[in-house]
Amino acid sequence: MNLDPGGWFEAAIDWLLEYFGWFFDAIAGFVNLIVGGVETVLIGLHPFLVIALLVGIAAVLTRSVGLSVFSLATFALIVSMGLWVETMATLGIVMVAVIIAVIIGIPLGIWAALSPTVSRILRPVLDLMQAMPVFVYLIPAVFFFGVGTVPGIAATIVFSIPPGVRLTELGIRQLDAELHEAATAFGARKSLILTDVQLPLAFPSIMAGVNQVIMLALSMVVVAGMVGAGGLGGVVVEGVAQLDAARGFEGGLAVVILAIYLDRVTSGARSLSLVARNRRLKKEHQAAQAEARTAAAAEPATVNA
Amino acid sequence: MTSTRTVQTGAAAGPEAVMDVEEPFIRVEHLSKVFHKSRRAGVWRRKRGPGFTAVDDVSFRVGRGEIFVVMGLSGSGKSTIIRMLNRLVETTSGSITVGGRDVLGLAPAQLRAYRNATINMVFQHFGLFPHKSLIDNVSFGLKVRGVDKATREAKATEALGLVGLGDRIHAMPEELSGGMRQRVGLARALATDAEILLMDEPFSALDPLIRKDMQELLIKLQRNFKKTIVFVTHDLNEAMHLGDRIMVMKQGRMIQTGTARELLDAPADPYIEEFVAEVDRSRVLTAGMLATTTGQATTGAHAAAPAGQALPAEPVPSVGAGTTLHEVLGVFAAGADAVQVFDEHHTSLGRVSAGAVFAALAPKEYGTEGARP
Repeated sequence: MNLDPGGWFEAAIDWLLEYFGWFFDAIAGFVNLIVGGVETVLIGLHPFLVIALLVGIAAVLTRSVGLSVFSLATFALIVSMGLWVETMATLGIVMVAVIIAVIIGIPLGIWAALSPTVSRILRPVLDLMQAMPVFVYLIPAVFFFGVGTVPGIAATIVFSIPPGVRLTELGIRQLDAELHEAATAFGARKSLILTDVQLPLAFPSIMAGVNQVIMLALSMVVVAGMVGAGGLGGVVVEGVAQLDAARGFEGGLAVVILAIYLDRVTSGARSLSLVARNRRLKKEHQAAQAEARTAAAAEPATVNA
Repeated sequence: MTSTRTVQTGAAAGPEAVMDVEEPFIRVEHLSKVFHKSRRAGVWRRKRGPGFTAVDDVSFRVGRGEIFVVMGLSGSGKSTIIRMLNRLVETTSGSITVGGRDVLGLAPAQLRAYRNATINMVFQHFGLFPHKSLIDNVSFGLKVRGVDKATREAKATEALGLVGLGDRIHAMPEELSGGMRQRVGLARALATDAEILLMDEPFSALDPLIRKDMQELLIKLQRNFKKTIVFVTHDLNEAMHLGDRIMVMKQGRMIQTGTARELLDAPADPYIEEFVAEVDRSRVLTAGMLATTTGQATTGAHAAAPAGQALPAEPVPSVGAGTTLHEVLGVFAAGADAVQVFDEHHTSLGRVSAGAVFAALAPKEYGTEGARP
């Protein structure tokens, strides 16, 4: 007996296209609009302005002189290689894909952490999404969204969601059972436990997930160049097609630069919660001191009045 | 320590007789808990596996303002019992009434209110939120209650002051030592003004010296606040030091409930006898306990006043009722051979002779042998 899973898959796609074609068209239009907007801004602004902005973000989030200098130098290299527009197009695609993947992935991760049933259902689905060769996503993506940026983004999202879901779920599940018990023992609702205890403590893990999502998205973007997603993927695919080693290497180098930049910046942002906390502590400390001062000054002040 | 200790009468009598406090605050009847391992049956459905009885038909009552200790080794079901009191663990069968309210019948919202306002908990590993400063940790219960920020922070600061951490309110838990962390745990439970404290081996994770400090702190706080405390421990010395009454558990069953004195004098079974043998009796028994037991004789002497007066009135050192025999021995070493015992109202409870102290400290078997002609 010959089974034909491929045929079933194709049939499912045909069915979806026939009945939900309008839905995919709407999504395609919407995503195109957003990516177009982001790319217009990134490409429209003067490269030096964008570089200044990117270096500034790196400096603020990581507080590392080394990374700031590195990103300044390497982005300048991209400009001098003549790949600036392609790099910004890729950055735009990655940003949109990552934002959508995170918007879908983190709530799914939270849901999976809170419900064992959801977790059990999601696990094999995530395994499938991660283990499937990436090119396979491109085929249905092209069927649904045509050729261009949108199928590239769709395939990128599917490929990059799993670590976001997994690390969010893990971060929440890892939480010390006694803390959950303590919050419950003081009468907290589940929603308060989630927002006040579980999510803040899972934050580093969630950020590690976001970091992984970005890295996977970036690796997928080159593959998406095959369906005409443009950007650096297009450059690399062109280099391969024309056996142009120089062009291919330059495209690859620009991807690497972008990857290092995004990785360092997002892993630096993991310590952001720490920075925020210290700032809050400092503020509280100052407030306490100010209060003490006004209390001390209260008596003479009333005398003056 | 508290008034409940002095109203206790017989040893083997039921809980009603022991607690003649107006109305038991916590009343637990025939409580049982069976844990089922979930076992797979098919792909999706899960079936109950064979059960494990963690708590088996346990009944007890706790009076208002009493420290009730649940004592047992690991696996005796003691932690499960206190978690059933605030329903962190659901009950398999039995009933729990607190202040006349049926705890097991509470709806979810009522249950949250009950946990928040009536019954708080102190955890073995402290259960502090590592991302919150001390003041935020301590005000958590009030935040849950919806109290505004200024009020709850004032209250939390006050509670931290009570446990001696008033100057560290903005510190993070990771900056503190174990003992200090448990002080925060205690402050968190005090800040909500809940009447009942559940303490799940709160001092077990601490060094012996720190543990001693924390026990004294608890006794000091209890003198002022008169909380109703259900205290779990595996350490009989701790149980006898803190507890007004002690319930000894073994493999989910209650073996004996009584005061420290009752456990020492009449251990209900070999298991408790073995435990009791390890206890330093001189640090558990107090002058007040011996004076009350010889009390009948003293009152008799009072009734027969002339007989009392006939005795030569020698000056005798006086001690408080809470003085441990360990300390009384020091008084004897200084040359006295009896002490006069007074309670906190300076009323005489009677005398304790050196012989009575030695008799109380002597292991039981030797005492009975010596009594033989």
